[in-house]
Amino acid sequence: MTGKNQLLELSSISKRFGHNLVLNNIDFDLREGEVEAILGENGAGKSTLIKILSGAYQPDGGVMKLAGEAYCPSSPVDGLHQGLAVIYQELNLAPHLTVEENIMLGQEVNRYGLVNKKKNLEKIREVLKFLHHPEISPEVRVSQLSAGARQVVEIARALVRQSRILIMDEPTSSLSGEDTSYLFEIIKKLKSQGAAVIYVSHFLEEVRQVADRFVVLRDGQVAGRGKISETSIDQLIEMIIGQRLNELYPRVPHQPGQTILECTGLKSRKMTQPVSLEVREGEILGIAGLVGAGRTEFLRALFGLDRVEGGLVVLKGQSFRPVHPELSIKWGLGFLSEDRQSEGLALRMSLTDNLTLSYLQPYRSHGFISGRKQRQAAAGWVERLSIRAQSPAEKVWILSGGNQQKVALARLLHQEAAVFLMDEPTRGIDVKSKSQIYEIMGRLAAEKKAVIFVSSYLPELLGVSDRLAVFHRGQLIAVRPAVDWTETSLMKAAVTGKTDEDNGKEG
Amino acid sequence: MKPKNFIWKRLTTSLGPFIGLILVLAIFSLMPEISDRFLRLANIKSVVTQSVMVALCALGMTFIIVTGGIDLSAASNLALSCVLVAFSINLGLPPWLAAMAGLATGGLVGFFNGFLITRLKVVPFIVTLGMMGMARGAAKWVAKNQKIDAPLTWLNELMTRNPRPGWLLVSPGIWLVIILSVLMAILLRKTVFGRQVQAVGSNELTARLCGIRTDRTKVIVYTLSGLFCGLAGIMEFSRLTVGDPTVATGLELDIIAAVVIGGGSLSGGEGSILGTLIGVFIMSFLRNGCTMMGWPNYFQEIIIGAIIIVAVTLDRLRHSQN
Repeated sequence: MTGKNQLLELSSISKRFGHNLVLNNIDFDLREGEVEAILGENGAGKSTLIKILSGAYQPDGGVMKLAGEAYCPSSPVDGLHQGLAVIYQELNLAPHLTVEENIMLGQEVNRYGLVNKKKNLEKIREVLKFLHHPEISPEVRVSQLSAGARQVVEIARALVRQSRILIMDEPTSSLSGEDTSYLFEIIKKLKSQGAAVIYVSHFLEEVRQVADRFVVLRDGQVAGRGKISETSIDQLIEMIIGQRLNELYPRVPHQPGQTILECTGLKSRKMTQPVSLEVREGEILGIAGLVGAGRTEFLRALFGLDRVEGGLVVLKGQSFRPVHPELSIKWGLGFLSEDRQSEGLALRMSLTDNLTLSYLQPYRSHGFISGRKQRQAAAGWVERLSIRAQSPAEKVWILSGGNQQKVALARLLHQEAAVFLMDEPTRGIDVKSKSQIYEIMGRLAAEKKAVIFVSSYLPELLGVSDRLAVFHRGQLIAVRPAVDWTETSLMKAAVTGKTDEDNGKEG
Repeated sequence: MKPKNFIWKRLTTSLGPFIGLILVLAIFSLMPEISDRFLRLANIKSVVTQSVMVALCALGMTFIIVTGGIDLSAASNLALSCVLVAFSINLGLPPWLAAMAGLATGGLVGFFNGFLITRLKVVPFIVTLGMMGMARGAAKWVAKNQKIDAPLTWLNELMTRNPRPGWLLVSPGIWLVIILSVLMAILLRKTVFGRQVQAVGSNELTARLCGIRTDRTKVIVYTLSGLFCGLAGIMEFSRLTVGDPTVATGLELDIIAAVVIGGGSLSGGEGSILGTLIGVFIMSFLRNGCTMMGWPNYFQEIIIGAIIIVAVTLDRLRHSQN
């Protein structure tokens, strides 16, 4: 065993917020050249642990050691100086600055305050080359880069600082499959250089690919740990949720009936090509494709969020042109945004307001609104979807990701939509909430509603959908029953834009 | 959630500014030099009467700030409608029609603000900064760069300290503020429109997603605010008895400060009518107390500037605790 020196050691770390014991006696260790995954549901304490490691929070009890010496960072900057860098889920780059300026921010090579640009550029080119991304120009503005390239810039920033430990919090949630595999290559390189990575993710398949060891947190305690190569995904899930999940994709029996929504030649300003698609009542239609393939744009056009240039939508036999969400909602469409933080929810408003905002009619009379009735209704939905919240008047930003998503979904249920358009409905939420959302989708289909959902996660597309459509570079290239697809054929279609039709797979 | 809890929460959100007001009143009434005069009914009445213009404008501004916007043209708008009332009376129009002209001008300026903000997609700060200059310029143009004298009419009794039917007790202007405040509080808290205003300010994208016509909501809010400025213009004319195009210069900052002291957040989604009114009175009583103490003007300015920063800091602390 080479290069396996202990780098980081945590013993009995505890943290409480008020009466809540968020972390309870956590032990954790990390060795050189190792990737260790931290797994757990939303609210299990992962983020708190990361914040303690980075120095954003101080632990209430326990000891941390970095390379054998006491480590108690007073702030994230202090932590960074000691060699521990965090790469957050939402990237922390200044979009107006160039790649170079972002990477060197706070550590510019300078002389009497004057930046030595040449030296800076040299250093950065070196790092980007090491990361296998010499094509990223240090002089381009960050706002012009793709999400994947921004991730690389973040990592470069950590490397320039010679960080020994990198903490990655859901690093792939905004990356396409291609960028994800780049990232994994980079992690491998970092490992070979003796750096250590703490990897936090909900994507268990990814964790299996990239991590060496894992720790599972549940309710602030360590619920399991071990070598990833000796543990199956089912075992991981069991540790994460604390019970055996009977079925990750619960199938609620449903039978597709007549066509409920049909769109012909729909094209918005943001779509590159017109799309025609139909969905039947009692059907779940999954949409696969790479990030940027035009799936989100299609859903937004259908809901009237982007300006529509052409095409027609026929819903329940009546045709209309989607021009504004107000009309779409009246027609019976419901839309779940992929970005619940900045678009899907008004985080500073209450759960009740968020839930009822798209359909206030039941609570209004002569323009006045009955707050009491509204809260009663919201309380009903909180119970039905088992949303974990103190009260319906609670502000949404306090809730965990999974519960926020359930609030956003409850809004569509509440407005009694007939066709549900869901964009990445399970992004960034824990396994249990995911399973609940799949079940809701199944129940909707059983009630003769229709669901169109976009996802980048192939197993869920295959596990939940009745039919699957694939987008490639703005074009709808195939729609087939889900049973006719496999993960491989879906991926191939999404990446190449070609299907296996020639092989006679089409039934 | 018990409704009792809910009401309690509502009250405590205005509690901070309220304590501030009590503090201001307490400090000045304890000053030996003025303790006998400060809390006298006559003084309170005069302070409140002087606050009518700021209060009216601040009611509209509260709505704008709740949507996450701002209106820098409020004071210029007030001056324009003040001038137009005087101008109309001189044209021989009956006083009520002259008042309507002032009100309509205010509403129109507000409507243009909203229209430009939503159509041109330019931020409110810039649009209303431009409108601030345009409205002020228009006021000076109409008034030919001087005060417009107008004959006395019943309009000039709106702001009198001794109202004609004695049972009114205070000037009609103050009654107007009270009635409109109650109406606006109901509009903001209890109606669908109010809910939509809050949603637009809390997260415009979400509001749109939920089927709210966000642009229309904003145009209505700016128009409403303009109407309030117009009304304040009428009151200003009533008080001055002339149309003065240079009146209320810089008052927009007092108006914004009142809303912010009262708990309004410039990033939108927050603000209350009660808080705003308390903010108005904190500033008025501070000014009044300083003047009575014979403290120089610059001293007042420093104190009020500091109060704004302290108030908003305290508000931030309260939020981070939640």
